[in-house]
Amino acid sequence: MIELLNIERVFLVGDEEVHALRQISFDVATGEYVAIMGSSGSGKSTLLNILGLLDRPDSGVYQLDSQRVSELDEDHLAEVRRHQIGFVFQFFHLIPRLTAFENVELPLTLAGVAPSLRKQKVTDALAAFGLRDRARHRPAQLSGGQRQRVAIARATIMEPKIILADEPTGNLDSSSGSEVINILEELNRLGITVIMVTHDHAIGARASRIIRMADGRIESDSRHR
Amino acid sequence: MRISDMFTFSVFAAIGNRGRTALMLLAVSIGVASVVLLVSLGESARQYVSNQFSSLGSNLLIVLPGRSETVGGPPPLLGITPRDLTIDDAETLARIAVVRRFSPLVVGAAPVSHRQKEREVTILGASRDIFAIRRMEIGQGVIWPANDNRFQAVCVLGSKVKSELFGNDNALGQKIRIGDYRFQVIGVMRPKASSLGDDLADMAIIPIASAQALFDTSSLFRIVVEAESEAEIAKAKEAIIRTIRARHDGEDDITVITQDAILATFDKIFKAMTLTVAGIATISLIVAGIIIMNVMLVAVSSRRAEIGLLKALGAPKRQIVYLFLTEAGAISMAGALCGLGLGGSILRLLAWFLPQFPIFFAPWSSIVAFTVALSTGLLFGILPAQKAADLGAAYALSRR
Repeated sequence: MIELLNIERVFLVGDEEVHALRQISFDVATGEYVAIMGSSGSGKSTLLNILGLLDRPDSGVYQLDSQRVSELDEDHLAEVRRHQIGFVFQFFHLIPRLTAFENVELPLTLAGVAPSLRKQKVTDALAAFGLRDRARHRPAQLSGGQRQRVAIARATIMEPKIILADEPTGNLDSSSGSEVINILEELNRLGITVIMVTHDHAIGARASRIIRMADGRIESDSRHR
Repeated sequence: MRISDMFTFSVFAAIGNRGRTALMLLAVSIGVASVVLLVSLGESARQYVSNQFSSLGSNLLIVLPGRSETVGGPPPLLGITPRDLTIDDAETLARIAVVRRFSPLVVGAAPVSHRQKEREVTILGASRDIFAIRRMEIGQGVIWPANDNRFQAVCVLGSKVKSELFGNDNALGQKIRIGDYRFQVIGVMRPKASSLGDDLADMAIIPIASAQALFDTSSLFRIVVEAESEAEIAKAKEAIIRTIRARHDGEDDITVITQDAILATFDKIFKAMTLTVAGIATISLIVAGIIIMNVMLVAVSSRRAEIGLLKALGAPKRQIVYLFLTEAGAISMAGALCGLGLGGSILRLLAWFLPQFPIFFAPWSSIVAFTVALSTGLLFGILPAQKAADLGAAYALSRR
């Protein structure tokens, strides 16, 4: 499903070139559950941004579903993101003025889905994530765990094939954190590929594959279970 | 994205940040209000002038000595003032069928006194028809009998002259001194809202022959003619020129100005003035546009995360541009509506405080203001919208 070949990413910090990613190559099969780990500055977030088509590699080839996405223009990248990828962020990135319902609805709204269909899908999704009675609440009125569940509901509303999670538990207490991980694992069992950046070893250890990064390189890539 | 959804999203985004939105609304509404106000005041002034003109009398022609090519202007300053107009010239106008009334005029200033009180007053020498032509009403007393061509020591006083000389006392039948002559007051004019040019309340009106004696002149200042109808004005003008030419040995040495020519000139001046102030007021709308641009540029940086999220959720650049433009457009539209309301209210207030000045709300000004506000809003929204769309998604989502 995902094939990376010799991905490089260089940032200019002042006059200095910083190699965030060097010669990254790996494949991810459909339905895998991958944890990307490493210390901060190891390049794991940059890698996740490239996987999510939020950033472009400076060189290398990225194929998603046998499509060379590293060569697509911005509009096509947006389309791929819209339909294939769901994002879960450490800081949730919910829009504060919108209710939980409207936040979950946003991808459907942006995609121009008819309001009646949107209403039905969002209602179902909120129920599935145990948020039925929180539909009219704004993010500020929700707990951290609830916010992240709203964010996951939003990430899955377009029925993507991949979920990319950047430190999804980084801003949560341990019980809400494990609740969120349970949800992601449940989604994985339903066949969605889950790729998660974390530096929490306990959480990383639950994934079926761990890619460890250091200095922009893959240090180790191990599968278990 | 559906248009209705885009609109809802943008409007709620605008409402979501009250301070910022209020600032933009204020800027646009002040701009729109000033355009509406200035244009309406200009229009009102124009209407006021044209009303004043019709209160001078209608279907008027003015015959001046001397020839002038310009329309509505004074006779030429340089050059030989040719033959004077005389009472006999004026009398011949009576033969023209399309002339309803006319009055020769002599104007001068003379000291007017009654007992110890004396002041300098404009003296208007005219025939009794001048009262009908200029729509002047007698408040007390009468106008002198016909046969103006004989010296008669009688006068009609303007209301202001009367009250200055006599206070609240009765003036009728009293003798006053005008220059070297003694006149009897036979009438007092009814006070009238001031009209253009000369303030009739501040005048004394005497028969033309008396004025010629008083100022020791045989020539006329001008002749005022009233045509039978508006349609006959042109015919009357032609006939007057022809008649006087015949009397003046075939020379065209008079100028005939029609009232509508003067009115048209004033109208032109006021229109130009209105457009000028409207143009100046439009600058405030452009300033409002620049404020929108700056405020939205700030909004783009403070809403970076939201823009990043929209990109992550698959919104293409174009959609983000549209969202920001819709927001700018919605704000300018709302601001324009507020401005129209504000401008309208101020006009109403003015109309209430200045009942004698007719205040008009010029509808075209609101259309212009609205269109300009909306287009400046959109125009100045382009740059921030483009900036938002160009933000890198990964950068926008990062917490740095």
